[in-house]
Amino acid sequence: MAEIQPPAGAPQSVPALLRRNAAQFGSYPAYREKEFGIWQSWTWSQTLAEIEALALGLLALGLERGDYVAVIGRNRPALYWSMVAAQMAGGVPVPLYQDAVSEEMSYVLDHCGARFVIAGDQEQVDKVIDAQEKVPGIDHILYLDPRGLRKYDHSKLHALADIQAEGRAAHDRLYGELTAREAELTYDSTCVMLYTSGTTGKPKGVVLSNRNIIEASKSSSEFDNLRRDDEVLAYLPMAWVGDFIFSIGQAYWTGFCVNCPESADTMMTDLREIGPTYFFAPPRVFENLLTSVMIRMEDAGKLKKKLFDRAMARAKETGPKILDGKPVSTSERLAYAWDNLMVIGPLKNTLGMSRVRVGYTAGEAIGPEIFDFYRALGINLKQLYGQTEASVFITQQPDSEVRPDTVGVPSPGVELKIGENGEVFYRSPGTFVEYYKNPESTADTKDPEGWVATGDAGFIEEDTGHLRILDRAKDVGKTAGGGLFAPKYVENKLKFYPDILEAVVFGNEREFCTAFINIDLTAVGNWAERNNISYGSYQELAGHPQVLASIQSHVEAVNRSVAEDPMLAHCQVARFLVLHKELDADDGEMTRTRKVRRRIIEEKYADLIEALYDGSTSKYTETEVTYEDGRKGKISATLEIRDAATVEVAGERMAAE
Amino acid sequence: MLDNTSESYVTADGRTIGGVVMEMRNITLRFGGVEAIKDISFDIREGEIRAIIGPNGAGKSSMLNVISGFYNPQEGEVIYKGAKRPPMKPYQVARQGIARTFQNIALFEGMSVLDNVMTGRLNHMKTGFFAQGLWWGKAEAEEVANREKAEEIIDFLEIQAIRKTPVGRLPYGLKKRVELARALAAEPQILLLDEPMAGMNVEEKEDMSRFILDVNDEYGTTIVLIEHDMGVVMDLSDRVVVMDYGKKIGDGTPDEVRNNQEVIDAYLGVAHD
Repeated sequence: MAEIQPPAGAPQSVPALLRRNAAQFGSYPAYREKEFGIWQSWTWSQTLAEIEALALGLLALGLERGDYVAVIGRNRPALYWSMVAAQMAGGVPVPLYQDAVSEEMSYVLDHCGARFVIAGDQEQVDKVIDAQEKVPGIDHILYLDPRGLRKYDHSKLHALADIQAEGRAAHDRLYGELTAREAELTYDSTCVMLYTSGTTGKPKGVVLSNRNIIEASKSSSEFDNLRRDDEVLAYLPMAWVGDFIFSIGQAYWTGFCVNCPESADTMMTDLREIGPTYFFAPPRVFENLLTSVMIRMEDAGKLKKKLFDRAMARAKETGPKILDGKPVSTSERLAYAWDNLMVIGPLKNTLGMSRVRVGYTAGEAIGPEIFDFYRALGINLKQLYGQTEASVFITQQPDSEVRPDTVGVPSPGVELKIGENGEVFYRSPGTFVEYYKNPESTADTKDPEGWVATGDAGFIEEDTGHLRILDRAKDVGKTAGGGLFAPKYVENKLKFYPDILEAVVFGNEREFCTAFINIDLTAVGNWAERNNISYGSYQELAGHPQVLASIQSHVEAVNRSVAEDPMLAHCQVARFLVLHKELDADDGEMTRTRKVRRRIIEEKYADLIEALYDGSTSKYTETEVTYEDGRKGKISATLEIRDAATVEVAGERMAAE
Repeated sequence: MLDNTSESYVTADGRTIGGVVMEMRNITLRFGGVEAIKDISFDIREGEIRAIIGPNGAGKSSMLNVISGFYNPQEGEVIYKGAKRPPMKPYQVARQGIARTFQNIALFEGMSVLDNVMTGRLNHMKTGFFAQGLWWGKAEAEEVANREKAEEIIDFLEIQAIRKTPVGRLPYGLKKRVELARALAAEPQILLLDEPMAGMNVEEKEDMSRFILDVNDEYGTTIVLIEHDMGVVMDLSDRVVVMDYGKKIGDGTPDEVRNNQEVIDAYLGVAHD
């Protein structure tokens, strides 16, 4: 595939886009951050000055062309500037997950050979210093928040502000060098390196060029008509490709403003204050918001509850129709306007979504009722399907064709094909350059023609052209009866119940399917409170007979719904148990982006899986857990194993028996 | 440990501890016939974390109340910054740069966290009642400056998310932190903490310990604390005073105190005559 070249004179790198923005709309806000209770803002020209100062400071510290600069911390303007400054000075920014423990961090720092680390605060600096014992290559650590760092050895440790001041002082001496290095940046130079969260094995460094980032940002911005006056809230991990595209790629392409929350806990307040017009959240965030609204409505007075229910019932009919531009009768329109004034408008305002023009969710399947709820409110919530290797966008839903069960049509410039085993392949201008220092994996994933294997199994609907994703290709298996086994399909149906946080279904090469279930502590805890059920711990609540009974009813309902699909009817869950602990990334059971690591769970809980299949009704187990500070402990529990009713499906069942 | 009261020394973790800033000399406090404190003397050095420990009823809180001026001892004297302190009301002591938190939280429950922290700035407000009420003249600039300081402390103690929440709605652990914030807002030279970790779980205790260390490190505040959790006391403090039945039975570094036979007896329980 011929590589796309930019038109002559067009910006070829992110720093070049920055200069364009500073020249064209220098006085408009580029960044805002809430600090000391006030929204501080920086215009595009101020941003350029800050980034230049930092880039000069990095040169003064001795940054060489091609040096890797790791960036770790929560979303803050200065850390976004660090990434652009690193590129401006000829380096390669590598954002890392801020909640990674020191071991994970050492691996990545060692793998990319970072010479510079820019850290948000003391917590991150401590982890980097720990990592330095194993990774000798780190020459300088820069930090943003000086708190608690006063008595540290400052021979290799610098405050970011000091480095910027040094950069300003060295302006005359180094500006020529900076300009020269910046001029070398082209569509082919590396824009950023992002580590995949690694559902399997060690994380891989995905190298994305300016071409990847700028082309993907450009076509996706055009797809959704993003504008200079849009506002986004940057609250998702900076190491995640989505945040890089939204908060840097698209922001620099269209020139919209990136707002950083005060702290992770104030996200909801900040969301309300900013009222973003373009909003991205993983399904979990939408689920949590909906759960909290529903819990508060349960506690509300009768009249309020009644008004809310009536408005929502009407809005579920009308809201999506209005969004999709379908015909709506005058009386429906009037009722919706009334509800909007009385219920929906204030609710949207509480959620901080009054101004959302374009909302996206991705990463996992979203429950249809969650999806319908937001669309009923008139929030244009859509789904997209993407991955780091594609610079996010593979498919996305156009404004008028939004459905909960598909992930949309190919994004502009993306070609799709389905492999023989059902795996989805794509190629696009956003397709990554390579995995860093890993040619075998690069060759495995990307063929010479540029087609990239997604690892997901799916199919394209013939009449609409929409892509539907079934499951990870490697997780799709066969049951002992020979039927298709797609665990995710069943798990997603289970997870759509608010009191089920996570589900893991087993059944590959087995007679029947079984499941582990994690309860949602917020939803179940609230239910327990309302029903006067006392509990001392997560474990106690998870093992409560009434909780088990309610989970059982959900499992049975899911079985009935699964039975309707003849292809997957045999994936019904015959036996299940409710786990005594939440699956956790610290224990390696999930990825940092909260995707279940099936293999690890299968190994770790082998005794429980065995119990699910040997017919026993309870099982004693001990599990090792890792606390937030890295210490390890053990919890033990006796879990009850329950049978769930399944629906007999004619041919299938007979064959199995 | 130095005997010279004016000399400073540097601790193992690199903090500089200054000379003696406050000295208690032969303090005796009586309530009627009950002697709550019996002839106790000890000193507090600038920048150190000084713990007072002892079993229930040992007189620790009474001691703290003597420092804060809430009780005036019948005998003995308090030397503050080199001069004998006359009997004072608590607000006068507060103006001298001594702030405190309470064992059983004493916040304004109906007011927001921010307003509670702002009350800690009282001694830094100079304008009068009417000027403040009318938001007139210097009152505006003064309030802005004080709000800035309050926000700095809110940021420092990581309570931004509850800035506007009424204190009455907060869980216990957070209330403790708000109380610390209010005490810090006074920009004290000496901070008195009465059981800052009582009733907290392990995680909350760890957080609170970190904040106490950070306050000491960042603002150089001298900290006097009463605490029951021995692990916390031994980890945090530079020097420890041990009290039992109103008497001082030990004084020194955590290690010295830990090996003191009298202290061991007091804690393990030995028959008293």
